[in-house]
Amino acid sequence: MSDAPVIPQPEPQYATAEQQADTASFGMWVFLATEVLFFGGMLLAYTWLRATYPEGVAEAGRHTKIVIGSVNTLVLLTSSFTMGWAVHAAEHGSRKALTQLLAVTALLGLLFLGLKGYEYHKEWTEHLVPGLNFHEDSVHAQTIELFYFLYFLLTGIHGIHVTIGIGLIAVMAVRARRGAFSSRYYTPVEVTGLYWHFVDIVWIFLYPLIYLAGRS
Amino acid sequence: MTTATVTGKPDEPVVATRNYLTEEGVTLRSWLLTKDHKRIAILYTLSITFFFFVGGAAATLIRLNLVTPAGIFTPDIYNRLFTLHGIVMVWFFLIPSIPNTMGNFLIPLMIGAKDLAFPRLNLLSWYLYVGAGFLALFAILIGGVDTGWTFYTPFSSLYSNGYVVLALAAVFAVGFSSILTGLNFIVTIHRMRAPGMTWYRLPVFVWSNYATSVIMVLATPVLAITLMLVAVERLLRVGIFDPALGGDPLLFQHLFWFYSHPAVYIMILPGFGVISEIVPCFARKPLFGYKFVVWSSITIAIIGFFVWAHHMFVAGISLYAGLVFSLLSYVIAVPSAIKVFNWTATLHKGWISFDAPMLYALGFIGLFTIGGLTGLFVANLAFDVHVTDTYFVVAHFHYIMVGGMVSAYFGGLHYWWPKVTGRLYPEWWARIAALLIFFGFNLTFFPQFILGYLGMERRYYSYPPEFQVWNIFSSAGASVLAVGYALPFFYLGWSLFRGKRAGSNPWAATGLEWQTSSPPPAHNFDVTPTVTRPPYQYRPEPEPQDV
Amino acid sequence: MKAPPLPLLLTWAALLALLAATLGLAYVPMSGPMNVVVALGISVAKALLVLALFMKLFRASALTRAAAAAGLFWLAVLFALSGTDYLTRKVEHVGDLPAPTGREHQPGNR
Repeated sequence: MSDAPVIPQPEPQYATAEQQADTASFGMWVFLATEVLFFGGMLLAYTWLRATYPEGVAEAGRHTKIVIGSVNTLVLLTSSFTMGWAVHAAEHGSRKALTQLLAVTALLGLLFLGLKGYEYHKEWTEHLVPGLNFHEDSVHAQTIELFYFLYFLLTGIHGIHVTIGIGLIAVMAVRARRGAFSSRYYTPVEVTGLYWHFVDIVWIFLYPLIYLAGRS
Repeated sequence: MTTATVTGKPDEPVVATRNYLTEEGVTLRSWLLTKDHKRIAILYTLSITFFFFVGGAAATLIRLNLVTPAGIFTPDIYNRLFTLHGIVMVWFFLIPSIPNTMGNFLIPLMIGAKDLAFPRLNLLSWYLYVGAGFLALFAILIGGVDTGWTFYTPFSSLYSNGYVVLALAAVFAVGFSSILTGLNFIVTIHRMRAPGMTWYRLPVFVWSNYATSVIMVLATPVLAITLMLVAVERLLRVGIFDPALGGDPLLFQHLFWFYSHPAVYIMILPGFGVISEIVPCFARKPLFGYKFVVWSSITIAIIGFFVWAHHMFVAGISLYAGLVFSLLSYVIAVPSAIKVFNWTATLHKGWISFDAPMLYALGFIGLFTIGGLTGLFVANLAFDVHVTDTYFVVAHFHYIMVGGMVSAYFGGLHYWWPKVTGRLYPEWWARIAALLIFFGFNLTFFPQFILGYLGMERRYYSYPPEFQVWNIFSSAGASVLAVGYALPFFYLGWSLFRGKRAGSNPWAATGLEWQTSSPPPAHNFDVTPTVTRPPYQYRPEPEPQDV
Repeated sequence: MKAPPLPLLLTWAALLALLAATLGLAYVPMSGPMNVVVALGISVAKALLVLALFMKLFRASALTRAAAAAGLFWLAVLFALSGTDYLTRKVEHVGDLPAPTGREHQPGNR
C-alpha cells in the first residue's frame, strides 16, 4: 500500500493542481446536468404514453422480465457501492484496493450488460421487437409496441452509457495498477465515479417505470 | 464628431513576431492537433464561413425561384432548398457563429486566462462540427431533405422521400459540438478568471456567452434525443409520433421546440454581447446600466425556456396552453427592450465615430428592434392565427437573425480583426459593405412583412400573381445583400497580406484582450493580469490603461 | 483489503432494502396512480442516497449543487409546461377505431 507521491503538473491554463481538480469535478457535474435533459426527453415521451394509455402500458409492463430486471438493479447498485469504496481507497492511498475495486466494478458492469443482452435475446424470441418482428395478440397491441419502442431506446441508450462507463473504469484500473494515483491525486477516479453513479441513478428510475408497471 | 480609427502611435507599430500564429508550429499538423483556443477559433471561422456560403447559395436559389409566380424549380427541389437553407444556417452557421469564433478566441483573453478549462474538449467540439458538416454535405449532395429544418412528424418519420436519417445524424453530431462548447465556457468563466476579475468586472460579452452556454447545455440534449427518436421511428417504421399507432405528432413538436426556441436565444445572445462591446468603444462612454444589461441577458436565457409552444399555436395545443405561452412570450420582450434602452442611453451624449463596427452595431439596434417588436405581433394568439406559416413570420425571424445576429457577427469580425490577425482592414471598403448590407437587407425583408400580412404562405414554391411586385423587390434586395456579404471576403482577405499592421489597441478600447499584443502570444499574457477596475472605463479622450 | 467503510456499507444495505420494498409493493394493489407514485418515491429516496453518500453532492461547493439543481429544474420545466397542453386538452371519444390491419403504410393507402 505504498503511496507513490505522484502529483502531475497542472496543465498550463491552471494556476494550481487543486484548481484543476475542482474544475474537472465541476465539469463532470455540468455534463451530468446535460444527461438529465438527454434522458429526460425520453421520460417525457414515456410519461405521455403511460398517461394516455394506462391499461396498455400496464399490460406491456407485465411482459417485461422482472427477474432479470431486478437482478440487474441489484448488480448496478452493488457496482455503485464498489465504486464508492474504490474512491475511498484512492483517498487513503491504497493502490491495490483501488485497482481491485475498480476491476470488480467493471466486472459488475459487464455482468449487467450480459444479463441485458440475454434479456434482449429473449425479447427477440418472444416477438417483442417493434418494427422488426413484433407480434402481439391483444387489444392493446399498438400500445405494447410503442411501450417496447421506448423500452429498447431507454435501455439501449442507458446500455451505451454503461459501456462507456465500463471503458472508463477499465482505463482507471489500469492506470491505478501502474501507480498513477495517490491520496493527493485521484481526480480522474473521482470524476469517473460521478459518471458511474449517475448511470446507476438513471437505472434506479428506469427500473420501476419499465418493470413494475401493471404488476398489481 | 467623426474620427477615423484611433491608433496608439502615428508610426507603424512593431510586429509581435512571437504570436499564436507562429509559435508552436506552422504545419498543418500543428493546426489540426492544436489545443490553443485561438487557433481553434480560426479553424471554426474557416468552417462556418464555408457553410455561410452554402446556406447563402440556397437562399440565392430560393429568391431566384420566387421572382416569378410559377417558380423555376419543381416543388420537390424547392422544398429541399429551403430545408437546406434552414438546417445549414441554423446549425452550421448561426448557432456556432459568435460563440465558437469570437467566444473561443476572446473569452480566455477577456477573463485573463491562458486557455479554456478543457482545451482538448474544445478541439473535439470542432472535429464534431466538421464531421457533422461532412454528413450534412453528403446528405445534400446525394439528394437532400424536404422536411423543412423543423423535421415535423409524421412526414419526416414516415412519408418523406429525402435522406432524413443522414440529416438527423448530422444535426445530432453538431448538437454535441454545441453542448461541449457550452460546457467548456461555463466551467471556464466560473473557474478561470484572473485575480481581481470579479463577476461585475466582466465584459458583457463574457456574460452573454455564459448565458448562451447555459442554454446550449440544457436545451441541446433534448434536441438530440428527439431527433434520435425520429430517426429510429423512420428506420423501424414504428414509433411514438405516428398517429396511426396511437402516437402523438405534437409530442415531437413539444420536444423539438423545447430546444429550438431557446436555440434562437443561443443565436442572438452572443450578438447582444458583441454590440455591448462595440457601442461603448465607439461612443467613448461606459455602457449605460451595466447590471441591467447583464441580468437581462440571464433573464432572457431563463425565460427563453418557457415560451416554446408559441410555435404551436395552430398545431392543436389546448387554448389554455396557448394563453400561458402567449403571456410568457410577451414577458420575454421586456429584458430585450431593456437592452435596447441601455445601448441607446450609452449613445446619448457620446463622442460617436462611425467606423465599420459601429455601423453594424447601429444597424443591429434598429433591425433587432423591428424584429423584436414584430415578435410581439406574432406572440398575440389572434394575430398569429392569421400570419402563422406566412412570410410575416419569415420576415420577423430574419430581421432578428440576419438584421440582428449577422450584423453583430460582422461587427465583431471587424472590431476584433486587428486583434486576431494583427492587421487593419481597409475602413472605407468596410463602410461600403456595411451600408450595402443594411440597405440590401431591408429591401429583401421588409416587403416580406407586407407579403405575409397579405397572406403569402411560406415554404411554397409558387404564389398568386398579385404578390409578384413585392417578391421582385425582395429578390432585388437579396442580390444587393449578396454583394454586401461577398465584399468582406475580399477586403478582409486582402488585409491579411497587405493591411497595415495593427498595434495592440487600435481602437483605444478597454478590456484585457487589448492589453496584449496583436496577434496575441500563444499563452495570451506574458504576465497574468490583475484586474482592479470596472469595465468600460471610457472617457472622451483615450487614457492609458494599467495592467 | 481492509473492510469497507461503514457509511458506504450501510448505504448499500439501505439501497438493497429499498429495492426489495419497491419490488414487493409493486404487487400490492393500490388505488389510482399510487403504485407509480410510491415506486417513484422510493426511486427518489435511492437516488438521494447515491447523490449524498456516493457522489457526496451535499458536501460539494454551492456551484456544483447549483449545476445539479439546474438539470432537475429544467427537466421539471419541460414536464410542467408540456403539461399545460396535455392536461388541458379536451379529448372527444368517438368510439372504437377499427383494429389495425398492418397495411396502413403501404403506397396507395393512407
